[in-house]
Amino acid sequence: MVHQLPSWAGLAPALALAATALVLLLVDSVDPDTTNTSLLGGVSVVGSLASLAFAVWFIFGGTGIPTSEGGVGTPVLFNGQLVVDQMALFFMIIVASVTALVTLASTDYVENHAYQAEFYALVLLAATGMSVLSAANSLATAFVALELVSLPSYALVAFLKKNRGSVEAGLKYFLIGAVSSAVFAYGISLVYAATGVLRFDGVATAIESGTVQTVVDGTVQAQAGSPAVPMSVLGVGIMMVIGGVAFKIAAVPFQFWAPEAYEGAPAPISAFLSSASKAAGFVLAFRTFAVAFPIESLVSSGEALNWFVVFQVLAIATMFVGNFAAATQEKVKRMMAYSSVGHAGYILIGLAALSATGDGMALSMSAGMAHLLVYGFMNTGAFLFIALAEYWGVGRRFEDYNGLGRQAPLACAAMTVFLFSLAGLPIGGGFFSKFYLFSATLDVGAWSLAAALVINSALSLFYYSRVVKAMWIEEPTGDRSIESYPTGLYTAIVSAAVVTVLLIPGFDYVSSLAFRAVELL
Amino acid sequence: MWVAALLAVTLLGSAAVMLSPDRYAGKLAAAISAVPALASVYMYYVFLTQNGGAGNALLSPGEVAFGQQIPWIDLAGYQISYYVGLDGVSMPLLALTTILTTLAIVSAWTPIDERQSQFYGLMLFMETSLVGVFAALDFFLWFVFWEGVLIPMYFLIGVWGGPRRKYAAIKFFIYTNVASLIMFAGLFALVFNTDLTSLALPAMAEAFRNASGLPTIAGFSLATISFVLMFFGFAVKVPVFPLHTWLPDAHVEAPTPVSVMLAGVLLKMGTYALLRFNFTMLAETAQALAIPLAIVGVVSVIYGAMLALAQRDLKRIVAYSSISSMGYVILGLVAFTPHGMGGATFQMVAHGLISGLMFMTVGVIYNTTHTRMVGDMSGLADRMPWTVGIFVAAAFGYMGLPLMAGFAGEFLIFQGAFDAATLGSAAPVLTSAAMFGIVVVAGYLLWAMQRTLFGGFSLETDYEVGPAAFHDVAPLAVLLLLVIVLGVAPDLSYDMIQHAITPLTGGGA
Repeated sequence: MVHQLPSWAGLAPALALAATALVLLLVDSVDPDTTNTSLLGGVSVVGSLASLAFAVWFIFGGTGIPTSEGGVGTPVLFNGQLVVDQMALFFMIIVASVTALVTLASTDYVENHAYQAEFYALVLLAATGMSVLSAANSLATAFVALELVSLPSYALVAFLKKNRGSVEAGLKYFLIGAVSSAVFAYGISLVYAATGVLRFDGVATAIESGTVQTVVDGTVQAQAGSPAVPMSVLGVGIMMVIGGVAFKIAAVPFQFWAPEAYEGAPAPISAFLSSASKAAGFVLAFRTFAVAFPIESLVSSGEALNWFVVFQVLAIATMFVGNFAAATQEKVKRMMAYSSVGHAGYILIGLAALSATGDGMALSMSAGMAHLLVYGFMNTGAFLFIALAEYWGVGRRFEDYNGLGRQAPLACAAMTVFLFSLAGLPIGGGFFSKFYLFSATLDVGAWSLAAALVINSALSLFYYSRVVKAMWIEEPTGDRSIESYPTGLYTAIVSAAVVTVLLIPGFDYVSSLAFRAVELL
Repeated sequence: MWVAALLAVTLLGSAAVMLSPDRYAGKLAAAISAVPALASVYMYYVFLTQNGGAGNALLSPGEVAFGQQIPWIDLAGYQISYYVGLDGVSMPLLALTTILTTLAIVSAWTPIDERQSQFYGLMLFMETSLVGVFAALDFFLWFVFWEGVLIPMYFLIGVWGGPRRKYAAIKFFIYTNVASLIMFAGLFALVFNTDLTSLALPAMAEAFRNASGLPTIAGFSLATISFVLMFFGFAVKVPVFPLHTWLPDAHVEAPTPVSVMLAGVLLKMGTYALLRFNFTMLAETAQALAIPLAIVGVVSVIYGAMLALAQRDLKRIVAYSSISSMGYVILGLVAFTPHGMGGATFQMVAHGLISGLMFMTVGVIYNTTHTRMVGDMSGLADRMPWTVGIFVAAAFGYMGLPLMAGFAGEFLIFQGAFDAATLGSAAPVLTSAAMFGIVVVAGYLLWAMQRTLFGGFSLETDYEVGPAAFHDVAPLAVLLLLVIVLGVAPDLSYDMIQHAITPLTGGGA
């Protein structure tokens, strides 16, 4: 099976996405003015499904599990710059699924726009970046992959060129993104200066041994007479890396771009950014902080940063800011944007629910990963429903959704599933993943996190149910006519809803996969 | 398998009804819901004749009837399984649920005249969740159903309700969801402080009953804190004074068939959960807190009855009197005597039937007269003899007329509470105070009946006021029959309830 293939084949999920992007660009160069949406969209959907198939095949085929435990070993590329372990594959599944849903929905959404080939190519390129980021095992590859995610995203947010909101959002996103990339790069340079290595395991070795390391022929080792790691420089470096990550996942205090970007962007792109891009940011965070900056050594050294305390503050602040802001919104898309910030807070529990000795990491991180996967479907679905509403020309405010349930019962039923699942009612997998996070917080006695989670969950039901109320309970206002029921959008929304519901009986697979992935780290 | 079949039939039936045309939805839903109703009657018969000796499902899980366990999820070190089974407490409540759902669906044929397929689909979906709540023996499974009840209820009130339905629906939704979260937090504080590896309710009961060395927070044992949080969470559902404010809004705004389900079954979820969690798993704490809890119960009895006395709206009268009746259940539970707790459980079933009957009768009157205000009409007895006859019978049942189910329930509760060791010397005082509630009930029901049903006919209306249709009256007759059967032969339920309750009160297995 996989072990007979060369190790670069382990990157097949990412390569499939990259190849699809190149095919799209090829089509574009052959016929620059093509608006054949079924061809372009079809290629994109097939490419992302291929990526998904590879990732699913690998993860169940035992890639990333040591041969001693019955797996087929972990493909390691470029002297350990990239590793395709279970965690990488887990996130590749999330990215590929969201990409498939988003490109499928886009076939209707961008039907009458120019530059369609570029649109799909950019989506696929960003997805490639996310997929590579899942496997990045060094700060250098992580940075390159992160930029590959970011640059297409800026262009995609501003894709609706004639829409001022879209252009403004793109510019804002770009400016804040550029600053945070710079902060991230500077943080990387400080970590490199302090430890002498960029590879995550090498950084960890340096921190654990306290001496600067060098990489010789692909192995990390200390040279004779190498100096001690300057903990203060390292601490500043870690802080800046946190900043870079916080931007990508839209956590407080770097959340300002998110509502603008998600609201201004075409709705499928909002879905893409708030689900897949967020997952990519989190895989970077999980990997960096679980592997490169081992909390036990940092704490025992006594001088450097207790990063889990930083994440506790960030998690609680992000939950409250996101949910309270969401509760006061008048526009559905903006509400969903803030709710997405709130969910970043929930997932941050994955890094925050640790004790000072790093206990509970497997539990809390796998809980965060499980929530990301469930979130990938329910949040994408909710944004795609908004895309459907935009396609129909329904307004943006809650009132504009009044009575939609009578005209489009199937889509509204799916949206109801997404919203209740996001709120944590047991109608979708969101209930279990939230419970999993909750039990992770209680497992280490992080009462403040548990309380924040419960309070915010209760609050979130209030604003999510406003949409439900508008769709089903309110009388329709004005005359709105829905002329067509776009197949692509409908298929995407309904499949996301089906997966969300199926994640109730199937949650065992997700949680055990995530748990094993973290254990193997 | 039987329980799984009930769940499957109602869930698939719900989907089928949602997809069916509005014209046939009501008939189709009634036909589908008759299947679980008949099946549960058969199950009841089997239980009565073969499993009469089954013990308490939580304390001796080996003895449950219709049990089934399939591993489901292994989450964070806890085994979660699809685990269902029935004992003497859940069997009558399950039968109550399925029968009442069928009758409520038939009673909806007249009043529900728009979006029927969605209405009946949601009714069946609610039945799925309710069956699950009473049959589940795994905490997670139970919680899925417990929260699952909220969703159809929210829509049923919000879409088909009265003028203030949106407010009532959202109030009900948020109120009970917040309560669930508080309960959840309280329960899990305990779970994480014991060595549980499974979230099955019997395992939890064993762990909590034998828990020792629980941490103390601010001078209170964790068991006490969890008990209070869980009591709070369930008390909202019951509801208990002062957490009852969602109930009148929800009841008055909900369409009648939904009120029937709300009063008949949903309130019982609260007392059932109290019995299962607070009074089984934390029995010691419950006994220690018996007097304050009994006071809460008695205040609910008196306060609810007084509020009912002050209403003019027939539906509001019945709604507030439900608060009063559920207060008796609390009193019976805290007594911790076989008759107290058994009577409380019996009262859950009896009140489910009687309050369902009352709401349905009020609904039939409203369908004809288009008013529910006591002062607006009088002398209905001439025009709707059958409906009025049943109304009178139901009202006397509510007042506790002997040979009706309500009498047996309340009598047993008083008997059990009077010599309750847990209440000590306060027992006679509290019980007598609660008995006073009966007098008030008689007061407001007699007053309301006299004003609306008797005397000369008067009603300012353009409508033709005549006898109700057969399918409106038939469900009433069925319910009245059940009330009388249970009143004449309470042992039909009380025997099995006793088998399940006595292990709790220390009186042998």
